[in-house]
Amino acid sequence: MIGNLLGVLFDGIAYGSLLFLISIGLSVTMGLMNFVNLAHGAFAMLGGYVCVSLMTRLGVPFLAALPVAFVATALVGMVLERLLYQRLYRASHLDQVLFSIGLTFMAIAAATFVFGPTQQPVSLPEFLRGQVQVLGLDLGAYRLFLIAVVIAITLALGYLIERTRFGAQIRAAVDNPQASAGLGINVNRVFALTFALGSGLAGLGGALGIDVLGLDPTFPIKYMVYFLLVVAVGGAGTIQGPLVAALLLGVFDVAGKYYVPEIGAFVIYALMVVLLILFPAGLYGRRA
Amino acid sequence: MMGDKVTTLLKQTHVQPATLRRLLHDRWQALEVVFWLLPLAAFFLFPDYLVLGSQILIVGLFAVSLDLILGYAGIVSLGHAAFFGIGAYTAGLLAVQGWGEPLSGLLAGGALAALVGYAVSFLVVRGGDLSRLMVTLGIGLMLYEAANKAAFITGGVDGLSGVEMWKLLGLFEFDLYGKTAYLYSLAVLFGCFVMLRRLVNSPFGLSLRGLREGPKRMPAIGAPVRRRQVAIFTVSAAVAGIAGALLAQTTQFVGLDVLGFPRSAELLIMLVLGGAGRLYGALVGAAVFMLAQDYLAGLNPAYWQFWIGLLLVVIVLFARGGIMGGLEVLYARLGRKAK
Amino acid sequence: MKFANALRTAVMGGLLTLATLTAQAQETIKVGLIAPFSGPFADYGKQIEGGIKTYLKQHGDTVAGKKIEIIVKDTTGPAPDVAKRLAQELVVREKVDFLAGFGLTPEALAVAPIADQAKKPMIIMNAASSIITTKSPYIARVSMTLPQITAPMATWAAQNGIKKVYTLVADYAPGIDAETAFKTAFAAAGGEVVDAVRVPLRNPEFAPFIQRIKDSKPEAVFIFVPAGEQGIAFMKGFQERGLAQAGIKVIATGDLTDDHVLPAMGEATLGVITTFHYSAAHDSPENKAFLKAFAEANGAGAGRPNFMAVAGYDGMAAIFEVAKRLDGKIDGDKAMEVLKGLKLNSPRGPITIDPATRDIVQTVYVRRVEKVDGELYNVEFDKFPEVKDPGK
Repeated sequence: MIGNLLGVLFDGIAYGSLLFLISIGLSVTMGLMNFVNLAHGAFAMLGGYVCVSLMTRLGVPFLAALPVAFVATALVGMVLERLLYQRLYRASHLDQVLFSIGLTFMAIAAATFVFGPTQQPVSLPEFLRGQVQVLGLDLGAYRLFLIAVVIAITLALGYLIERTRFGAQIRAAVDNPQASAGLGINVNRVFALTFALGSGLAGLGGALGIDVLGLDPTFPIKYMVYFLLVVAVGGAGTIQGPLVAALLLGVFDVAGKYYVPEIGAFVIYALMVVLLILFPAGLYGRRA
Repeated sequence: MMGDKVTTLLKQTHVQPATLRRLLHDRWQALEVVFWLLPLAAFFLFPDYLVLGSQILIVGLFAVSLDLILGYAGIVSLGHAAFFGIGAYTAGLLAVQGWGEPLSGLLAGGALAALVGYAVSFLVVRGGDLSRLMVTLGIGLMLYEAANKAAFITGGVDGLSGVEMWKLLGLFEFDLYGKTAYLYSLAVLFGCFVMLRRLVNSPFGLSLRGLREGPKRMPAIGAPVRRRQVAIFTVSAAVAGIAGALLAQTTQFVGLDVLGFPRSAELLIMLVLGGAGRLYGALVGAAVFMLAQDYLAGLNPAYWQFWIGLLLVVIVLFARGGIMGGLEVLYARLGRKAK
Repeated sequence: MKFANALRTAVMGGLLTLATLTAQAQETIKVGLIAPFSGPFADYGKQIEGGIKTYLKQHGDTVAGKKIEIIVKDTTGPAPDVAKRLAQELVVREKVDFLAGFGLTPEALAVAPIADQAKKPMIIMNAASSIITTKSPYIARVSMTLPQITAPMATWAAQNGIKKVYTLVADYAPGIDAETAFKTAFAAAGGEVVDAVRVPLRNPEFAPFIQRIKDSKPEAVFIFVPAGEQGIAFMKGFQERGLAQAGIKVIATGDLTDDHVLPAMGEATLGVITTFHYSAAHDSPENKAFLKAFAEANGAGAGRPNFMAVAGYDGMAAIFEVAKRLDGKIDGDKAMEVLKGLKLNSPRGPITIDPATRDIVQTVYVRRVEKVDGELYNVEFDKFPEVKDPGK
């Protein structure tokens, strides 16, 4: 029984880590630019398709394709931010929602046109398949890899935000954009770079998640709920918030499906509604 | 009294004089009369298109219900299909169980949707835009799953068939050409519209606009914010429920898609296309969207989504008022030129 | 006087045009094809249409002196209200002789009253719920029903040493139908279903369910999930957790290893045993001709045809047969008389339309996924001939 519980916990943490990786960019975008970006899933999808294209058409190995997915998506994010997103920072949330839904539709149609409507297969390298024995438990090798990557990235992000000057600029701009501008911080540049970073992380998450979440043109709409969930529950603008929220949601979703599969689908939505009632601004939220 | 206070408030937030004039009058303008003669004319001119016509009217009513909360009270909802679906399943189930009287089924659908809307509204009015979005989305999704799970009642994914309607008013049978359905939908739409028009042009309606423009200032003039939001949300849910019941009765079928997210999302698009906050915008948007979809989907279905997406992006960036907004600007410019 | 002349000419011209138009209308047999061609089920419509095009390529588009015209309508499915409207428009505006297609059950159910009211023969080319044919005497089916395919799987499993099975189905009407059909047939054949789980319809994570299966150690797991990504996700998880090594087999209906999707599913599917009514690897002259003509009619980029294409093909064959026997004058009741008891030599094998229920009676094959010439195919190795829809 304990073995089962630990196994479920492990799976839940792995699933949650993936959700976190994709959603962290959304959290920062919403916390920093106060922009409700429902197209965030499209960036994850882009990273996934870049990874798959590199692997199937150019024969690039999986691990090498991951950083490329990150960089490519970050670049696209930066371009879109400068061209389109920045015009809507002061617009109403409704306008932002509509704009990002419009972008999402365009992305889905484009993906269907270029890649076709079916699932993209991905073959993982040998050492990432199957299971490994850890302390008497059978754990999925790929899931271990996922958790390791997310831990590394979270630490790196934490270091970036807390210990570097750029991180300080981000924190200042999140707390008070006007004052920061007044202090000489180039808020526009901070926004652009942060958006690029967030999109890049989403792209990386999308590429990493192909094996677990699948990849087809409807990816952004299918998983949009989960990303929004993580950010809404965790609170936009922080890293800890979405991390805790993603892990919580991942564990509850997996545990719910394992122990009470009859209501498996409800658990995650019901949990979200409960948490939103108790914490309308999110678990660690600053802005309502 | 409230009306005066709100007018002053709106003046302070730089609302255009033309809009003010529009707010204070409640007489039916000539253009409005012409507008309502159009669907009546369509009945005689396009007898082969009546089924499409009644679906446009029904979706139009649904869009008007969203306009109430979105355009007038500024509440963003991604799950409005939940109330549409509740209305549809209520009317459908009543008919399947043997009670096929149309008007009572309609009212039952609206009433149940209003009840659920009232309960949900307390969750929705808490928190900011994002949490509202999530709560409405979450409730819509949960209801969809619940309806799927309760397949022994709702028919689940296969849908609820065997919805047999009695004669409308004991006289008019629902025929293959869709004549009864069309006039029934038109009558219901018009009836609801007249009532809602009165509502939004009343002091209550004005206070809603005040809520949308200045939510922090309204309490300062003594307006009960939460109560008004709950009220309008309930009314909106009731109207959405009536629209759903209409669909169930006129198509004699209820599919699970009435509760689906695509229905909520498409509704939002229609409203923005037509222009929110004007009631007529909802109708125009619904008509344009459905006609375009019927025509374009025939041409090239896969890329329909791309053009809709592009249209949305363009509207938000350049034409925020949608079609009605564009028409108003044109009208104002012509008016200025005439002077 | 001049005016009267002009008026007379105009009226004559008008009448003549009208007469020609109506005459032309009577020279064609119109078939309304209602299916999803966009959205998540876009493949359904494309496959059905592909099968229809194949038949027309092989047999030409004229029968009994009249031209066959296919009017294609996209429901953007699943959208039963749209399907119903399209059917009404096809009947009232286009005045079609047949309503055909129907990729999804709700859409078929919504259209049934229209076929009934207008007395138009309605040919089901995919939707698989048993109740559809009971909704109107004008409905005939050429595809399959879920219980028809599932029951033989259970019987075969029990007869071949598999006594303990764990069932996993998606939590929606077809999944529940499959679960019920399997349980009934399996119990009747002496087997035991150790546990049954229903996974949510939108399910990104299979891990917890697969873990449960591993923990309860059955001899096989029977699975039914929507075709495509769910199937792939399940097979991946199955491999990853070493269930195959633990000796657990996968048995399913052929929806899991759909011919069109099979190449993309990869080698994780090798050894999976399924029951179905059509495999692209079926060894018969009709099938070989079908595959060849399909590639010609739809181009190499269309991929492998699957069971939906065959249903479209056979549906057209049935329509042609009706047209021939009625000499081009399509009357609803007479058409149904022709369809009842109709026998065809389909690319899948011999099929009959049951005169009592108007549902399809066909051979259900047991197949295993194997590599043939470097590609994955469902290779048939056993069969159950003349299977009717159970419970009818």
